[in-house]
Amino acid sequence: MGIISRGFQGRRRGDDERLPPGQYLTEDFPVLSAGPTPRVPLDRWEFTIDTEGGQVHRWNWQELRALPSETPTVDIHCVTTWSKLDTRWQGVSLDVLFEDVETAAEYALVHSYGGYTTNLPLEDLLDGKAWIAYRYDGEELEPRHGGPARLLVPHLYFWKSAKWVRGIRLLNEDWPGFWETAGYHDYGDPWREQRYEGD
Amino acid sequence: MSADYLDGNALAGPFAEIFAADVTVAVGRCASCGLTGPVAGLRVYAQAPGLVARCPGCEEVVLRLVRGPDAAWLDLRGTISLRIPLPGAGA
Repeated sequence: MGIISRGFQGRRRGDDERLPPGQYLTEDFPVLSAGPTPRVPLDRWEFTIDTEGGQVHRWNWQELRALPSETPTVDIHCVTTWSKLDTRWQGVSLDVLFEDVETAAEYALVHSYGGYTTNLPLEDLLDGKAWIAYRYDGEELEPRHGGPARLLVPHLYFWKSAKWVRGIRLLNEDWPGFWETAGYHDYGDPWREQRYEGD
Repeated sequence: MSADYLDGNALAGPFAEIFAADVTVAVGRCASCGLTGPVAGLRVYAQAPGLVARCPGCEEVVLRLVRGPDAAWLDLRGTISLRIPLPGAGA
């Protein structure tokens, strides 16, 4: 009878089923960044939702923190092939922020302090699928991981979860973001391994 | 803590796969602030899904290079021009 070793990688039973194709499991939290880390003073921080009709919804830091929050525990998948399971966050569901937003737009362009952008269909931000996260693993979110606040959209590759999030523009047409204009997939579903344009 | 970027010489290998000439010695002009300098002097952020080279003056993106399994994507919109030294065209 053969012995199947799972190796000394600290894997828990069932982890393999939670790994999308082409991903490996990491216990670290690698820091990826396309530029210098923006330092955003909380008294100047704001988050906006701009509708296709020109309406601007705006929250400052105190207003964001006063909103009801959730504590999602989710698996995250980076397009550079690492995945991390059971990451613990705290933040405000986009459903809360969109409560009073009237829009018929189908697309969202997320933009960040520092100039980063990423695009996704608006429906991928709603119905409990996305948060503005400001705490990670019981601590305030560190700048290197996107603090003071980042988008969290765990069902898509993690480049969609924009660090240092500043706002969302609602658009009638899809507008590709930073990596989406440089060869990466427009949607980025890890379970369909949509890494590059054309995948 | 070390800087979170490399110098533009980090682009030599990836560019050698695409161009016949050594692009790191080319002199470029930043489309954002107009600073000129060799590609080797750019700040390259490599801990990312692609290589992102930024201007040492204004930190705007000068060029980006993504290597996929069977193609590369090169974005030079942050560069006004590159002066690429070449051997004489010959008599």
